[in-house]
Amino acid sequence: MKIHEYQAKVILTEFGVPVPRGRVATTAAAAAAIAQELGGTVVVKAQIHAGGRGKGGGVKLARSPQEAEQVASQILGMMLRTHQTGPEGQKVKQVLVEEGMDIRQELYLGIVIDRKAGLPVIMASSAGGMEIEEVARTRPEAIVKTHVDPATGVTGFHTRKLGYGLGLKGDLLKGGSDFIGKLYRAFWVKDCSLAEINPLVLTGDGRLLALDAKMNFDDNALSRHPEIQALRDLDEESPLEVEASKFNLNYIKLDGNVGCMVNGAGLAMSTMDIIKLAGGEPANFLDVGGGASAEQIENAFRILISDRNVRAVFINIFGGILRCDRLAEGVIKAVKTLGVRLPIVIRMEGTNVELGQRMLRQSGLNFITAQGMKDGAEKAVRAARSA
Amino acid sequence: MSILVDKGTRLVVQGVTGKEGTFHALACREYGTKVVAGVTPGKGGIVHERIPVFDTVAEAVAKEGANTSLIFVPPGFAADAILEAADAGIRVIVCITEGIPTLDMVKASRALQGRAVRLIGPNCPGIISPGKAKVGIMPGQIHKPGRVGVVSRSGTLTYEAVGQLTARGIGQSTCVGIGGDPIIGTTFVDALRLFQADPETDAILMIGEIGGTAEEDAAAFVKVHVTKPVVGFICGQTAPPGRRMGHAGAIISGGTGTAAEKMAAMKKAGITVVKSPAEMGEAVASLLPSAPARRRAAKGAARAAAKPKARAKTKASAKKAKRR
Repeated sequence: MKIHEYQAKVILTEFGVPVPRGRVATTAAAAAAIAQELGGTVVVKAQIHAGGRGKGGGVKLARSPQEAEQVASQILGMMLRTHQTGPEGQKVKQVLVEEGMDIRQELYLGIVIDRKAGLPVIMASSAGGMEIEEVARTRPEAIVKTHVDPATGVTGFHTRKLGYGLGLKGDLLKGGSDFIGKLYRAFWVKDCSLAEINPLVLTGDGRLLALDAKMNFDDNALSRHPEIQALRDLDEESPLEVEASKFNLNYIKLDGNVGCMVNGAGLAMSTMDIIKLAGGEPANFLDVGGGASAEQIENAFRILISDRNVRAVFINIFGGILRCDRLAEGVIKAVKTLGVRLPIVIRMEGTNVELGQRMLRQSGLNFITAQGMKDGAEKAVRAARSA
Repeated sequence: MSILVDKGTRLVVQGVTGKEGTFHALACREYGTKVVAGVTPGKGGIVHERIPVFDTVAEAVAKEGANTSLIFVPPGFAADAILEAADAGIRVIVCITEGIPTLDMVKASRALQGRAVRLIGPNCPGIISPGKAKVGIMPGQIHKPGRVGVVSRSGTLTYEAVGQLTARGIGQSTCVGIGGDPIIGTTFVDALRLFQADPETDAILMIGEIGGTAEEDAAAFVKVHVTKPVVGFICGQTAPPGRRMGHAGAIISGGTGTAAEKMAAMKKAGITVVKSPAEMGEAVASLLPSAPARRRAAKGAARAAAKPKARAKTKASAKKAKRR
């Protein structure tokens, strides 16, 4: 789960990680008031989840409260397009108004899980402000890494190694070590999947501050963090995906016209792949999971047909525990209840296949049965083309 | 592969009295696995579906000689269940549970290091050595004993692959579902190492997906250490970056973890990479010795299935037809 920069900074403040003074505003007038309160030059920053806001025109300086109001009125309500948003962009509903900083140096600090090592890894680089992947590619020696063993947590030698790697000395090394330790604590306690400070700035007067903050959270751990769940911004998620999550359906909307309904993430991804191989475009990823009860199937159909682009549906179910007659029953009921008119291609494998297929044939509805994934994908793509 | 799961497996099911636990404990037993005990803290002393239930895994080990564990414990408690099994001396732990917080697994996997225990999963369908034992939730009836090892991050996609193999008369030595989470107990490399050393495995099928670098690591291992033929498939070739596709581990971020990169790495290592999920079985078939004979047999079987069933007029003619 992702959150906004201003929300991440509130969390960091809780853990004692220094951030610039600032507050979030939803109106231009409020932005002006905050600028007045902060005094001096402020930065007005669009609050969307995607990165690249500066380049997209979503981050502007303002030298007075009047200018802050003007700048905020331009940014609020804009459809901000960045290299991470997609072509339509994301509507800006909030801006963070922050004190301007006298930046002497920009550093990078980030914490992620290293899957191969099975441990959190802290990365630091004096090449801050850039995309870390760019640095990793062009100047890997500029990144210092240290893994943290859960048995010890982050300790002195970790933070010193990183601090020296950042080129910090004396009091700054102490400050840097302290900063890193507190960031790690926030990462650990809040079950983050990512905590990234880019840039971590060293100011003219020798302070270290998180100028930007990106925190992502482990979806699997959200149930033990209601305070993080409360930070969810539904406007950043596609309405269909929000709807699907209410039913515990794993759904991701794509751009094509062949809707798919599959049990199991790997099989669902393969179904998208084979639709493409058959010359079509998948409209979505949808994993109905192991249960696939009649209710789940109806919910899944409801989500699928809400996507106006869908011209045909490919149901690819490999049952194990799931019985094909139960599946057929669920599908028939859903189609009747929802009045689905789209052509539906069904490929079923598992227990009671013949019974399930017979039920579909005898239902009087527009079902096309398929033998195998390839046959199913080809039939679905053809059906979508001629629909 | 007799090393992980075989006729010597004595299984304890953690979470046996729950709905999932009960269903699958019985399914494993029906398949032929020796299900010797169950554990549900607080319910020790009862007999559930003819399975003795204990409060702790240690008791299941002491009283019933359990050596393998199958975990159906909810995500908030599953890491603890893994640790308990390891502490009790279980040698092979299969954790089915999906949704375990990543940091819980960071702690658990660190605690297991250096111990003589193998964890498979979490968030996996389990392991089956067809004809010997099933420790998982896969449908036993689609499997066939044989000599191809299958290792996969997925659940139902593995069944798809197994279905294709079985339909071609190609049996499986062991199928290992390593699971879809970012931190798992057994990697592709671990499974490949075991398959390479297994005298009952002639070829290997590995099924990967987007996210992480496990397949690239596997490719590097195959290049140096695996002499048996390997077929690979990566699902998620059409997945958009930055989105989690179901499995917690299936996220492409920052350009790494793409299907294209994995397929390229695997090809370089000499792995036969298939593009279509419908061609996994065919690719394995073409790599096995006596591939032409196998293909003839498969064609014959397909033709026979397509013919309308001949009506036996008498018992004698039915017997004659059977003998043919």
